[in-house]
Amino acid sequence: MFKHRRSTEDFSEEIKAHLELEADELRREGFSDDEARRKARVEFGNVPAAQERFYLKSRIVWLDNLGRDLKYGFRQLMKNPGFAATAILVLALGIGASVAIFAFVDAALIKPLPYKSPSRLVNMFESNQTGPRFHLSYLDYLDWKRLNHVFSSMAEYEQDDLMLNTSTGTQQANGARVSDGFFRTLGVIPTLGRDFYDGEDIKSASGTVLLSYAAWQKWFGGRADVVGQTVTLNGTLASVIGVLPRNFHFAPAGPAEFWLTIDPSSNCNKNRGCHNSFGVGRLKERISVTAADAEMKEIAGQLQKQYPDSNLTRDALILPLTDVIVGDIRPILLVLLCGAGLLLLIASVNVASLLLVRSESRKREIAVRGALGATPGRLIRQFMAEGLLLAASGSVLGIASAYAATQILLKLLPPERLAEMPYLSGVGLDVRVVLFAGAISLLAGAIFSLTPMLRLSLVTVQQSLAEGGRTGAGVVWRRFGANLVVIELATAMMLLVAAGLLGKSFYRLLHVEMGIQPENLAMLQIWGPASSYAKDPQKVAMERQVLSKLAAIPGVKSVAVSSDLPVGDGDGIKAIGIVGKPNLGDYNEVNDREVSSTYFTTLQARLLRGRYFTEADDASRPGVIIINETFAKRYFTGENPLGSRINFGDVKSVLEIVGVVDDIKEGPLDIATRPAMYMPFAQSPDNSFFVIVRTSQDPKSLLPAMETSIHEVDPNIATHNGVTMTDHIRDSPAAYLHRSSAWLVGGFATMALLLGVVGLYGVIAYSVSQRTREIGIRMALGAQRWSVHQMVLREAGWLTTTGIAIGAVCSLAAATLLRGLLFGIHPWDLPTLGGVAAVLGVSALLASYIPARRAALVDPVIALRTE
Amino acid sequence: MPSQKNTDARIALLQGTLDLLILKTLVLGPCHGQGVARLIQRQSEEVFFVDHGSLYLALQRLEDKKWISAKWGVSENNRKARFYSLTAKGREQLVEKTTEWERLTRAMGLILGGSTAPGGEEA
Repeated sequence: MFKHRRSTEDFSEEIKAHLELEADELRREGFSDDEARRKARVEFGNVPAAQERFYLKSRIVWLDNLGRDLKYGFRQLMKNPGFAATAILVLALGIGASVAIFAFVDAALIKPLPYKSPSRLVNMFESNQTGPRFHLSYLDYLDWKRLNHVFSSMAEYEQDDLMLNTSTGTQQANGARVSDGFFRTLGVIPTLGRDFYDGEDIKSASGTVLLSYAAWQKWFGGRADVVGQTVTLNGTLASVIGVLPRNFHFAPAGPAEFWLTIDPSSNCNKNRGCHNSFGVGRLKERISVTAADAEMKEIAGQLQKQYPDSNLTRDALILPLTDVIVGDIRPILLVLLCGAGLLLLIASVNVASLLLVRSESRKREIAVRGALGATPGRLIRQFMAEGLLLAASGSVLGIASAYAATQILLKLLPPERLAEMPYLSGVGLDVRVVLFAGAISLLAGAIFSLTPMLRLSLVTVQQSLAEGGRTGAGVVWRRFGANLVVIELATAMMLLVAAGLLGKSFYRLLHVEMGIQPENLAMLQIWGPASSYAKDPQKVAMERQVLSKLAAIPGVKSVAVSSDLPVGDGDGIKAIGIVGKPNLGDYNEVNDREVSSTYFTTLQARLLRGRYFTEADDASRPGVIIINETFAKRYFTGENPLGSRINFGDVKSVLEIVGVVDDIKEGPLDIATRPAMYMPFAQSPDNSFFVIVRTSQDPKSLLPAMETSIHEVDPNIATHNGVTMTDHIRDSPAAYLHRSSAWLVGGFATMALLLGVVGLYGVIAYSVSQRTREIGIRMALGAQRWSVHQMVLREAGWLTTTGIAIGAVCSLAAATLLRGLLFGIHPWDLPTLGGVAAVLGVSALLASYIPARRAALVDPVIALRTE
Repeated sequence: MPSQKNTDARIALLQGTLDLLILKTLVLGPCHGQGVARLIQRQSEEVFFVDHGSLYLALQRLEDKKWISAKWGVSENNRKARFYSLTAKGREQLVEKTTEWERLTRAMGLILGGSTAPGGEEA
């Protein structure tokens, strides 16, 4: 099958042998030496024709020609390395960017999640008037599970911070607590050991734990005998029953390493008003998400009537699990994919127009080859070979750089962001990405081989020979080349506007009113072991000691404690009632924070009315709260809130409002501040809280000293997440989303601007070089240099204006699609549009100034002699 | 290419018959291309004209089909030559092709001589 093909030389040898044998025989028959040789040759017939036939027989002709075309094309490209390098680099840039972005799109949006038929899975939330996606309470979950008819199975999960005892001391570990059927609902089977059995979550004392694959590797070195071993989590012993699959991830529960069963006997899980978990469910056959949502809303409605104290405003929300996991990243990825696609478009257009220019200057060569007998098909194939060669080199380079780019982008992601998007860890060149890369490479190859063909088929051989390949910029070229540049400029405009809008959104976001002075604040989360700090007085004592130790550190100006940090996730919610007012109906949930008396002064929040907390507001005194301005506006419109009393849905104590502060941004930057109330830490203590320190020096440098001081209080207190407020704000999800999209789209826009301007320069420069003779004649007839200058700039100006005008219209459409990513800015922001148009106009003017100058400097005598 | 020497006495080979003639020639034993050409011409009493270009192409084709095999050797008069010999597969083919050819000629004969042949009955 794969035997070596007989060489042409061997065949020639055989024919030679034939002629000699024939001559020998003829000699024997009595011919003279010369006569015999001549006769043998005549008898044989056309020797070269026979050889040619042998040659053609033994190969596929077009493949053979293709090989030769490729060789010729390669020589042509090497003859003009500047052109080849530009074209290949531009193309590699376009392909690299789009393949890299596609790799992310693939990992996040196309690759199915690692569960059994993930499209049948939904996530369950409770919604209330502050928002749609809140935790559900365990008792609600049990009722939902009991009453619904739409799920074949249902489970719940909650994120849990764990303290893990290791040989080197106590360490923080990520954990999650799930109900017994959680993994069976997802359709995930442990790779090692067993799943939780039914009812295992009820007798919570048994203490069993499933490890994530990463935890198995990290804490147990991947040993096979891990099942049956024990770990100490939060001070209690748990035995390992299994290891989860390597590709398993479940972002909504965080990067959990240890999976425990929920504890139904915990205080929170016994209280219908305490919301701590989310639900997952597998839809029954032929039940849609909408149907499930409707049914769960109905059940939530029943519960509202049944338990008005806790459930008055709680509704149900069912969303596809996939949406919950990748929903946040979907819009930004799609925007980026569009950006990359546009960049690829510009790159291809640029290379195509470069090829057009070249085919223009090679008109004479083509005409000569045509005159020598090359058929149009053969010529077209020659150009196709060159186009394919360019596309192939560009693609290889582009795919290699795409691979590098994905790895770099992954490294640029902060680890905690990556932990929220575990599906991204699989980014790479898998089958789909390679297919995509192959498809766009083929497309690029097709475009590049077709472009010169368009040009070629419109020019007859005689015409080009008669023209001498010199006169006229070529009507065809003008029409095509110019349109291409208009497309490039319009695309660049679109990307620039998008980048401008996103950049402005980001700026607005960072300058949103936070109600605090974020500079020079250092923060640390601390965690006192429950065994030593079980009672409220012990917790308060720990807080007091920690505060006084921290205050003693040189460089610390003031110290505060809070149950949560500003610019957080906006969680931490309580339902309230106001004494003497009717039930608040749908508007009774507010953020709540437990803070030390120094909290507001340390953060430098503004007090609007009343007083701050004092050291005296402790457990022995009546409960007091401070509310924010939004709270006051919503519930006390036109009244003085001071002195009013608040109670909680289930806590029967009554709290008095003693102060009103200006709004502090408790939730994400891009969400309007919610009503919030602050309680003295001493009246509602906890063994886990944040310390916030105002420093007179670089806050970051004080973090180690803060940890040391806290360990001096008690070495068993765990500390983690030390961060400065500015870093905390900068790395908050909203800021991160806006910053990264602004930077990425900005990067695309810069490249697009560069390519567009280069494209325009190419078009104008080429047109000037083609019109040298015309310009010479004009000047010989008395045209002034400035008028020539103007003539060239007018051409460029017309192209630029058209490009900008089309770009402006397209940007409005694009910006509308971007709306979800914009903050505090309209999609039709005129200053951005105007600014971008100005930048593009000036760059275009600069790009066309150089060729215009060259045109104006044309010497008429030389120009006319070029004929 | 056929040369102008194509006299009335010689006729060009029918399409497809060359393969059969080559196979038949090689039954006598290994032979080189020139020998095959001579043999065909001689045995047909100089009626067949063998286009040498076609002959070598046909030899190559048969070799590719593994009906014949080839190796370089030395001729009786000490010339280097490429000798072809029949393979087992080639022998089978020869039998098959010969039968096919005989049926063809018989049929042709029946039609062409049909007007003179008594009766149209076939055995």
